[in-house]
This record gives sequence, structure tokens and C-alpha cells, in this order.
Amino acid sequence: MSAITREDVAHLARLAHIQMDGEELDRMAGELDVIVDAIASVSEVASQDVPATSHPIPLNNVFREDTPHGMLTQEQALAMAPDAEDGQFKVPAILDGE
Amino acid sequence: MTEQNYTPDQLIRLSALQMADLLRAGTITSVELTQAHLDRIADVDGGESGIHAFLHVNTDEALAVAAEVDAIRAAGGLEADALHPLAGVPIAVKDLIVTIGQPTTAGSKMLEGWMSPYDATVVEKIRTARLPILGKTNLDEFAMGSSTEHSAFGNTLNPWDPARIPGGSGGGSAAAVAAFMAPLALGTDTGGSIRQPGAVTGTVGAKPTYGGVSRYGVIAMASSLDQVGPVTRTVQDSAALQELIGGHDPRDSTSLPKPLEGLLTAAQQQDITGLRIGIVKELQGEGYQAGVLERFQEAVKVLEDAGAVVQEVSCPHFGYALGAYYLIMPSEVSSNLAKFDGVRYGNRVVPDGGGTIEQVMGATRAAGFGEEVKRRIILGTYALSAGYYDAYYGSAQKVRTLIQRDLEAAFDQVDVLISPTSPTTAFAFGEKLDDPLAMYLNDVATIPANLAGIPGISVPGGLSEGLPVGVQFLAPVRGDAVMYRAAAALESRLEQQWGGPIWQQSERLAATDHSQTAGGDR
Amino acid sequence: MAAVTDEVLSFDEAMAAFDPVLGFEVHVELNTKTKMFSPAPNAFGDVPNTNVSPVCLGLPGVLPVVNGEAVEYSIKLGLALNCQIAETCRFARKNYFYPDTPKNFQTSQYDEPIAFDGWLDVELEDGTVFRVEIERAHMEEDAGKLTHVGGASGRIQDAAYSLVDYNRAGVPLVEIVTKPIVGAGERAPELARAYVTAIRDIVKNLDISDARMERGNVRCDANVSLMPKGSTTFGTRTETKNVNSTRAVAHAVTFEIQRQAAVLQSGGSIVQETRHWHEDTRTTTSGRPKSDADDYRYFPEPDLVPVHTTPEWIERLRAELPEPPAERRKRLKAEWGYSDEEFRDVVNAGVTEEIAATVEAGATASAARKWWMGEIARLANVAEKDIADLGVTPEHVVEIETLIGEKTINDKIAKQVLGFVAAGEGTPRQIVEAKGLAVVSDDGALTTAVQEAIEQNPGVVEKIKGGKLQAVGALIGPVMKATRGQADAARVREIVLEQLGVQE
Repeated sequence: MSAITREDVAHLARLAHIQMDGEELDRMAGELDVIVDAIASVSEVASQDVPATSHPIPLNNVFREDTPHGMLTQEQALAMAPDAEDGQFKVPAILDGE
Repeated sequence: MTEQNYTPDQLIRLSALQMADLLRAGTITSVELTQAHLDRIADVDGGESGIHAFLHVNTDEALAVAAEVDAIRAAGGLEADALHPLAGVPIAVKDLIVTIGQPTTAGSKMLEGWMSPYDATVVEKIRTARLPILGKTNLDEFAMGSSTEHSAFGNTLNPWDPARIPGGSGGGSAAAVAAFMAPLALGTDTGGSIRQPGAVTGTVGAKPTYGGVSRYGVIAMASSLDQVGPVTRTVQDSAALQELIGGHDPRDSTSLPKPLEGLLTAAQQQDITGLRIGIVKELQGEGYQAGVLERFQEAVKVLEDAGAVVQEVSCPHFGYALGAYYLIMPSEVSSNLAKFDGVRYGNRVVPDGGGTIEQVMGATRAAGFGEEVKRRIILGTYALSAGYYDAYYGSAQKVRTLIQRDLEAAFDQVDVLISPTSPTTAFAFGEKLDDPLAMYLNDVATIPANLAGIPGISVPGGLSEGLPVGVQFLAPVRGDAVMYRAAAALESRLEQQWGGPIWQQSERLAATDHSQTAGGDR
Repeated sequence: MAAVTDEVLSFDEAMAAFDPVLGFEVHVELNTKTKMFSPAPNAFGDVPNTNVSPVCLGLPGVLPVVNGEAVEYSIKLGLALNCQIAETCRFARKNYFYPDTPKNFQTSQYDEPIAFDGWLDVELEDGTVFRVEIERAHMEEDAGKLTHVGGASGRIQDAAYSLVDYNRAGVPLVEIVTKPIVGAGERAPELARAYVTAIRDIVKNLDISDARMERGNVRCDANVSLMPKGSTTFGTRTETKNVNSTRAVAHAVTFEIQRQAAVLQSGGSIVQETRHWHEDTRTTTSGRPKSDADDYRYFPEPDLVPVHTTPEWIERLRAELPEPPAERRKRLKAEWGYSDEEFRDVVNAGVTEEIAATVEAGATASAARKWWMGEIARLANVAEKDIADLGVTPEHVVEIETLIGEKTINDKIAKQVLGFVAAGEGTPRQIVEAKGLAVVSDDGALTTAVQEAIEQNPGVVEKIKGGKLQAVGALIGPVMKATRGQADAARVREIVLEQLGVQE
């Protein structure tokens, strides 16, 4: 079912925003192929009538009161920023459209 | 009580609850106790040949907290009476858990130097109870690994054999506790990261029922699987520590509404007459080291002799657990780790000649994450991507249901399940580093508990070729108390057989540099 | 970067050849006190990065917790849009990287929205009602705010760098998605405007949003496609993002119809893409085409648990709903008996609620309209204030009417009294008493004043005695002057005639 190609990995790396060179793409493709082969068996037993479990313990309606608390100061917010200006986080230009 | 003088080397080998008793009795001070551990860290953790369990040692703050506890005790009165039973007993914290005033790295270059402006809920609880925090312990990067070899900051050595791995991801916490650098430590367990290190270092590690301990402030690996738990040398210590860190937290939506209670009491009970114990048919045999299976079978015999009713039960879908885990976990990882992009915090990497924000994010994540983390992010991105979701992530979630059903059926027949914790004892450094799949197979026995949200604990079951073997107990959701009861019963009977705690069987761990004349036999 | 000017067909030509299909995604920012998943304040216009908690910044280790109030607001909105409310629904993660999105995923709802399958009747200017089908309304969170610095235009395309303020990150949003809207024809732009206006009025009326479009509280993405007349197969659509006024929505729809018609007419095909709206030129330009980067890898949010609703909960919220704005207006107009024009003027003046409260408090609809649209509006105008901020309440107006009914004051004095009320000098009755403004109804005092007027105006008296009764007015004036306007003019007339022995 798998056979993950280098192009597949390149696409996934773009989605995941991880820069990878050719060698890395090849290696990753090989490794993922082996892993996916080993784990793809899950679909054998996942028949239509089995419901999916997203949370191990079934809870529901966990809500918070609408009361403000727990704020950081601007100084705290920006303390660990790689780059900041005028009380804001500074990032390089964004060319990818809005 | 007769007054005894303890050398620092004797002190650090006591259980946390014994230390707490001595503190309460005024026999020792918390400063003395904390300093003994800091000295031990200085002796065995640093340098070329050190164990390297700690990424950061919190000397000043730990001693300051210890001094506060001593002052409160000395002053007496209501405040002294109100002290938590474990107040003054030092603790180590896995470096996946955020702390004000100490760096939190998650074992990653991405976060090197990052200081959290807030405390995790479990850290708040530790501070409120006044346990001096000794420092932050090493781990596989973002808790991804079974050997701590995936830490960006170097290996942690197994105190039983420095050529071997201490397990992972919580190898630092387990090694710190095994080598008497801390009596208590916090770990996190997503697929066995508390229990497997416990097994291979001869310590106790427990993963509570999912939601039993708050995850707020614990850097998420896989949100639906992660759980914080205790790492200790005795079952009672684990129970006491889980009681301290557990309970409902309004900041964690998946936190159980009611606390899990009576854990320490259960661990003190000892009587397991009539307790129904199930051996999981699927968690033995092929792939399990012979010595591991031998110790496991002996443990079962010990429990039977103690009055437990043992039967074999089958969990037919456990064979699919590893597959489901290695789809769900990376999927959640791929999303949870997206926030590390060098915009708000973390180490930004700008490509030569600058670049757009997309290029900067790409370079930051390429440089900041290690191989295993990247592998899991890519795998998770794949499992969630259009066209594959149903076959992979969707199917894995259905397998999760099937595993829960297997366990429900099993717990209709028995009170607790038992299995080896890990298929092998500690392996050598590098042995599985280039074979991700072989590394993943280490988690085969621990993973079902995370998928189903049930509690699990690993306790020392003896040695195989001189290395510790772990025995795992699993209990139903919210069944943490019965899990502790069963584990403590096995622990005490095995220690009777051995004539003391398992570490006494290690010359390396039993030996002290000082003469053992001071004080007396315990 | 010079914008490419698109060819357009005239609107009439476009309509002759094509039928437009519309769709809207309207984002409504809720006015809860805190954010959707973080306890930080939900407030506009504060110093950057001050309304943030560790959760808003996506710091390592944080977890979201749902704001219960935001869920109730969302259910109310769903009910107001005639939707079904989900018995159970979940949150999901929408994964994409963008610096205004602190976690690099948006917590949203995917295949399980809180509300679905609704409709909204939208009234066009001529009273035609057009039913818009609502596909879903789901809960999600807003992103932070980016400011593009450097470059000539401040636009993203030529910015040197960008600054990020996360104050808005995590503000609760409800996204309302319509089903494809077919059959609007040439009224498509008008319908677009009316639909967004209706949504804005509903959320304002529910008091779940500040509903100020200029602040981005209500934002609209407009989907437009064309199909050749007679066809029932939808064409390729474009999505024009962030059209943030009701007027602009109409313009954007108009432009896209004209542009797409020109493309199709010349044998081209429409690219499925997002379009950017430019208010200055009233045009759209090409944004990002759909690509494989749009694989959002939705999956259930593991850090949040499902929301379960019960019929009891939903009915409690339904009982709290105010009357829908359109229905309320229709009802009030009928009850008050206003003409179309009168009612429109009242709505435009923004005093519908004041009049409703005044009528509720006991005044007649015509009296309420007279005061609110007359003297009070004039006072507000002079003071350059909103009517609501003037300090005159519906209760004041009712008291004025009562005083007039008792003949304690007349209309002229009433206007003076309102001026004093607006100046904050008290209630109308307090002011009348304190300032001695009551109408003079003491015949003795009036008779004296009348006699004086008779003595001083012999010529007028002659005329009256000669049968020219309309000359009485010339005597009323001096009497009113002598009594500083506090006389009842009708009574003065009676006394004059009495004194002169003239019969009506």
C-alpha cells in the first residue's frame, strides 16, 4: 500500500515546513516506507462498524467561566522572541499572500 | 524511635517516604538532605564519564526551598503541621515540563535557552508542597525515543552499566532516581516513557489513568496519549507522589473531574488474597528476551503464592496496537510541534542571505529538530494528509476502540493485568539507533495502556544477565489504587527474597565511597 | 508592482448572458469577555501583545479550555439562523503555517459544526423576501494581526518585514457558511449587501457581537461563480476575501460578475482562487490559487472534549433570544401605524428602540415619534451628540406627555423643558416646578393681563367688536408675553371674548 517516494517526502516536508536536502529526502523516503509497511496493517481490522476513538476517556462539556485572568505583560510575551520591534514580534517578509 | 546518624550516602539510598519520616522527626534537615543529593549529582552526574541525567541543576533554589521547610518545621505551629508529608524531600523534573526560573529545553536545540514565563500545574503543586526541585532531567528530544539517545544534549548512561541505554524517553529521570541523585522524579509517558526506563534501570515508574494528572505545562508530544507520572525507587513513593501531583485541573480539559484517591493506602495494603490477575497472552513469547520471560514467570509465581488468582487472558487486537500508536502519535506530533517555528520563541535560523518567513521557518525547523523528530513529523503529516486519513489515522482510531474493548473484556474477568514491561533489558548505545522500527518495538507492551487511557506501572522483577527486568501491571480506567496494591505486593515479596531493594544486587550502586561504619544497620 | 487591470463586461451585458451563483462565509467576532480557548481579555485597540496569556502565544505546554459563554452565544446565533443545533460536536485542528497563527493550526470545527441546516429570510429594498439557506455555523478562533512594514504601499507584496500582535489571536469567531445561492440574478449585489446587513443586525440584536464592520467584528468572504443562462451546472468560483462593509460586498460581487463574464465571454476559463478586494478602485485582484498546500490535515482536537447539547439547554437559550430584527421591525411598524416613509425615517434616525420604549412606557406612537424625531433630534443635532447620548430617556418623554395632558404645560414649554432635561437639570416635572414653568391657569391673573391688553390696544378691540374675531390673536400675543408664555392660549381667547361681550 505504501511505496513512499522522494517526491512524496518533499511534499510532506513542504507541508511541515522542514527544509530537506536531496540526501535527506531519499533517506527519509526509505525509512518511512519500512515504517508504513509495518503499521499499515491497522486498516485490516478497521471495519465500517467500529467507531473511532479520539479521546481515551470520554468526557464532554468542559467549559471555562468567561472571566479574564492569567495574562502576561508585553515584556513577558516578548522576552523570548527571536526578534521584536515596537512591542510586536518581528518576522521577515511574507511573500505567500494573505 | 532511636536516634540514628545517617551518612549522606545512606540518606540518599532511603526511600522518599523514609526521608519524609526523618524530616518530620527532626532527625535530618531538608537542607542536609537536599545538599546530599546535590553532592551526589556533582559526584556522579558531571564530567566525561558522568551519568548525565541532569540538563540543569537548580542548586540555589533547591537549597532555598529546603531552608524554608526547615525554618517552618523549626518554628512549629500551624504552618509546620500543614506541611505536606513530602515537604523537604527533593525531586527532579523531566525537562519536558515547564518551570519558571529554570530553562526548559525538551531535549531539543529548538528550545535551548528558553525560559518559561509560567509553571506547569504539576510544578505548581510541587512548589506548593515545598519539595526542593533539584533540576531538569534529560530525555529523548520532545520525548520521542526509547533510549534517550535522541536528546540534543548527549546520552544519559544507565547507572547499572554505563555502556547501556537508560531507556527513554525519560532516561534522565530514571537514571537520576536509580543512581540516588533524586529520590523522586517526574516523568511523562506517551507510549512507555516512564515505564520502560523504570524497567531497564531497576526503578518504579507509573503512568496514571489518562487525565489523572494535569498536562498543563507539559510540552505536548501526543495529546491524547501523554500522561505525567512518578519515577521512584519504591511503589509507595510512586503512590505518594501521584497523590501529590494528581487531581482535577481546570486548565486541562481532559483532566478527570474527580481525583484518584487512596493510592498510598492501597500501596501499603500488602494483602492480595483473591486478587484476580490476568496474564496477557499477546504480551509474551516471540521477541521477548528469555531472561525477561523467566523473571516475569517467577513474579507471577510469587503473586500466586501470595494468594492471587492468576489466569491467562487474551487481548486479540494488541497485535495492532503498535501500528495504531505509530499512526496516532506522529499525527498528533506533527500538529503539536508546528508551533516551533522561530517566530515567538526558540532559536530562529535565517538562511544565508536572508529569506522569507516561509524559508526562515523551514530552516529553523530543519536545524532545530533532530532526525527522529523530523521522521515522526513527516510520518504524521503523511498519516493525516488528504487521501490517506481514512486508511491511516482513521483506521488507527478504530483500532484504539478495539483495544479498549479487548481491555474492557479482560477487566471483566480480572482485576489487573500483568506482563513484562519491555521485551528486553537495557540495550547497548547505538544498537538500535539506525533501525527506527526496532526501536519502536521496545514499546510493544507499554503502548496499549496509552491507547486505552488505563494506568500502568513497572516494578523491578529481578535481573537478567546482571541487568534489571521490569514487570508491568495494568488496571482499568481509574483503577490506579488496585494497580499500586498489586505492584506493592510483588515488590515487598521480591525484596524479601532478595534481602533488600534490587539496587543492592549492583556492586556499582550499592558501593559507597565512604566507610559504612557510621549510623547502624537498618 | 503594477496591478493588472482586468477586462470587465458591463453589468447588463453580464446579466444577459449569465446567472450568478453566490456563497458567503461571514466571520463574526463574539463579544465575550475572554477569548475562545484562553482566559485572556477579548478587547479591541489595546497596546499590542498585552491581551495575551501563554495560551494565546502558543507557548510550549499550554492547553486550550473552551469558553462556555462563547458556546452559548454560538448556539443562540444558530437558533437565530433557524439552524439545527448539534447534539454532539467536536473541535478540530486545521493545520497550516502562518505567523499570525500562534500554534500553526487553527482550532476550528470541521465535520461537526455546532449549528447546521438553517435559513435566513433577507428583505430587499422593495420588500421582496429572499430566503438564503445556511449550511452551517461553526466555532473557531481568530488570528493575530500582522502589520507589513516597509515598501511604498504598506501592502504585503512589497513589505520589508512584518510585525505581529497576538491580542486578537484566539478571539472567538463564528463562521456562517451559506449554501450556494441561486436565482438572485441581477439583484445579486443587492442581495449580497442585504444578507450581510441582516447577519450584522442579528448578531447586534442578540448582543453577541459588537458588530462593527469597520473594526472587523463582522467580515465577509464572497464566493461568486457564473453559469450560462439556462444552465444549472455551477461554474468555477472565486472567493473574494475580507470584504468589510455591506456596501463593499455589493461592489465586490458586482465586480466579480463583470470580470468573470468578460473572461468567459472571451473564451477563457475562471481560475479557482482567492481574490483580494481593493476598496479604493472597487476591484479585485488575483490572490493565491488553490494548491496542494491547502491540505489542512484536519483531525479531532485531542486537547478538547466534545460539546454535548441537551434539549433543555437549547430551549433555555431559545427562550433568551430577542425577537429577530426583521420581524420586530415589521411588527412595530404595524402596531405604530406609521407610513413606510415615517418608519424608514425612524429607522434611519436610529430611534426605533427609543420609540418602542416610550410607547411601552405609556405614550402614543405618534407622540413618541413627534418628540424623538422632532425636538430631541434637534437638540442632539445642536449638541452634536447621538440621540442616545443626549440624556433624554423614554420615561422623560412620557412625563412630558403627561404634563401636557394635565394642561400643566403646553407644547412650547415642553420644548423648553426638554432642553433643561438634556442639560441634566432633572426630570420634566422637577424642572417645571423648580422653574415655575407651569401654564398660568389662574383666571384672575389672566383677566388682569387681558384687561391690560384691551386698554393698550383700542384699535384691535374695535375690530373685534366689529365682528373680526380673528383679530383676537393680536391680543393673545401681549397676554402671552405678559405671562412669559405660560398662559393657555385657548383660555386667553375665551376671556378676551367674555370681557368684550362678544359671542363666537
